[in-house]
Amino acid sequence: MDDPLVIAGREFGSRLIAGTGGATNLAALERALIASGTELTTVAMRRSDTEGGTGVLELLNKLGIEALPNTAGCRTAAEAVLTAQMAREALGTHWVKLEVVADEDTLLPDPTELLDAAEQLVDQGFVVLAYTNDDPVLSWRLEEIGCAAVMPLGSPIGTGLGIRNPHNIEMIVSRASVPVVLDAGIGTASDAALAMELGCDAVLLATAITRAREPERMAAAMRSGVDAGRLASQAGRVPQRFWAQASSPGRPME
Amino acid sequence: MTITINGQQRRIEESTTLADVLEEFGTPARGVAVAVDGAVVPRASWPRTQLRPEATVEILTAVQGG
Repeated sequence: MDDPLVIAGREFGSRLIAGTGGATNLAALERALIASGTELTTVAMRRSDTEGGTGVLELLNKLGIEALPNTAGCRTAAEAVLTAQMAREALGTHWVKLEVVADEDTLLPDPTELLDAAEQLVDQGFVVLAYTNDDPVLSWRLEEIGCAAVMPLGSPIGTGLGIRNPHNIEMIVSRASVPVVLDAGIGTASDAALAMELGCDAVLLATAITRAREPERMAAAMRSGVDAGRLASQAGRVPQRFWAQASSPGRPME
Repeated sequence: MTITINGQQRRIEESTTLADVLEEFGTPARGVAVAVDGAVVPRASWPRTQLRPEATVEILTAVQGG
């Protein structure tokens, strides 16, 4: 595998982690997931009598995509830990995208509950991919605790506002020794490319694809954006200059 | 006695096991997890798990999300 994403010793050929939320139907989701090239995709845990819940695992299985359960909707560490344990039982995976949010309007991670839940889940043997604020200190704490990846937000979930504090993301990346996954806020392909140019190892997005007018086409755009950003970050960009610098030598009549 | 299962109150016989309750509730055979009073009960333990009065049963499955 060329330039794989490695999380907790597992290799993935794609640096785009997708979500399944927001898709109008499974057929549209299937086309979008295929176009995105993703190999790891999130699902949520809900009561089994919730409408519209069936079929997503079968779809991921059919496409050979690894399901990553999340703890979306949890507000406390206790709730998130139980949800992760139930996901492990239902799906047979000890990987979890840990998400503990403070309130409905911001959907921002609650740092104290998040750290508490992360610590408990790591102790219980989970591979924890922690959805976190774009706070370098909190990200480092999550890594110290033993999270397998830190996933700072670009902007609040579902806003499509892109990366509001690129410098924080760069600070997180500069010290991280686990993969950094830009999670939440991606609106379009250039946001995904920027995340990768800032040094992130991967991007996680759902809404930007599933709620786009043409999800399949946007999924292809995101795939290209992630690839372009990754290549650019490895290629070493030119330094920014204040004054122009001609790329052609001298003048014709000199 | 009364128990709460996925937020709904149900009356059940005292000797009913968790497996019986789940079957009656129409729980799918695969892809679900069950917690009783906030603790996961592994599938293998369903037939020998007795419920106490007022027990809270949650049945979760994977849905589209995230």
